[in-house]
Amino acid sequence: MKPIAADRLLLEELVPGGHHWSGLLRRGSVLRLTDLQGGANVSTLFYHHDEKLERYNMPDTLKAQHTAYLTAGHTCHSDMGRVLCSIVADSVGWHDTWCGAVDAEQVRAKYGDTSFQQQRNDMYRNGRDGLLVELGKWGLGKRDLVANVNFFSKAVCDETGGLRFVEGHSRAGDAVELRFEMNTLVVLSTAPHPLDPKPRYAPAGVRLSAWRGDPVTADDACRTRCPQNGRAFANTERFYAV
Amino acid sequence: MTPHLIESPLDPRQAVLDQVCRAGDPWMATVRAGQTLRILDLEGNQAVDTLFYSAADPEERYSAADTIARNARLYLGAGSRLYSSEGRVMLTITADTCGRHDTLGGACSAESNTTRYALEKRSMHSCRDSFLHAMCHCHEATSRRLGKRDLAPNINFFMNVPVTPQGDLQFADGISAPGKYVELRAEMDVVVLISNCPQLNNPCNAYNPTPIRLLVWDRPAAE
Ligand SMILES: [Zn+2]
Repeated sequence: MKPIAADRLLLEELVPGGHHWSGLLRRGSVLRLTDLQGGANVSTLFYHHDEKLERYNMPDTLKAQHTAYLTAGHTCHSDMGRVLCSIVADSVGWHDTWCGAVDAEQVRAKYGDTSFQQQRNDMYRNGRDGLLVELGKWGLGKRDLVANVNFFSKAVCDETGGLRFVEGHSRAGDAVELRFEMNTLVVLSTAPHPLDPKPRYAPAGVRLSAWRGDPVTADDACRTRCPQNGRAFANTERFYAV
Repeated sequence: MTPHLIESPLDPRQAVLDQVCRAGDPWMATVRAGQTLRILDLEGNQAVDTLFYSAADPEERYSAADTIARNARLYLGAGSRLYSSEGRVMLTITADTCGRHDTLGGACSAESNTTRYALEKRSMHSCRDSFLHAMCHCHEATSRRLGKRDLAPNINFFMNVPVTPQGDLQFADGISAPGKYVELRAEMDVVVLISNCPQLNNPCNAYNPTPIRLLVWDRPAAE
């Protein structure tokens, strides 16, 4: 990953494992997520900030690009035929789009019971509640919770569709960069992936770094990856033109 | 792969509901806990885009991600449990003569038709428009104030969207045929929202949307 020019830096923030975060990334900005210890999972959702009924759509994203996972060159499509963000760099190679966020009952069943009173900030938190808490800060709620991306995690399927979680997939220092094509509300949780078989609750933290990016060129790799992406970029430009 | 096919002992003459949903139409109904819903592919290779909501609390709804992760499987078939956004079982697939149903492909929409096919395809009929039409007109939806916020990734019954081990998503020819069906037992009172897909751009259905038949049976008296 290239160094970030200091005069372009907009944000630098640490999100410990198990925590949650949300923020507005404006059209033209780039967000890098860095896995700090290896084995991070970032359950992430995207909403059009100016009209939050428009949101990341897993099926439309996968169908347009004939892919079942995400990596560099892919874009995250909204349900309105537009591009919320593009994956412009990735050292991991596969990010899960299928498995959603872990909930409180799954965390309790897998890792045992904890409470804030005993554990303080080390209490076990879950992805679903993390996403809901952040959504609540923007006036959103359960109705807005849809299938999310799990950055840094990989699950593969066999020919019957049976899933297997790939352990040791993301290493310390691995990173993925998202360039925002719309003003986007990003909501994320760093709780474990629902299929992660590790018996101990120890999700890795991530660093968020955002900066002002360069304008998107006509030969941009995400835009030209397939005609479907080109048309989604055209829809996005049309939206901002009028 | 040999799909796990299970036929149903239920007799259509005993059904308490028996309706045909025409090609391209939406359909909405409530199915009570213990009742069984059969979706029958009358002419074959039709995609039946389906969403489920808890009748008691429509904020609890079918969750594709929970269903995939909790079954640890991408496709649905006999024995699959359909999970809600609250992690509860909404329905169980009790019979299936097709063998595989899609959880990833979602619904077509006017907007996604512009990206997938051509910008000028926006005016064609689509499943999301059918969902929204039903949400404006069906009592099950208007009484619960369901709207676009409640549209989440759906099931495509009878649709074949295989994923390769390399992670490529394919739109393969359907494996359904005239008379194939899937049966679901409701584990809670559910509202069913169907768009019987009007897609005219997809070779999977030979560019020909066709009608489906919907039947509901009460819980057997012996139970
Ligand atoms: Zn459709």
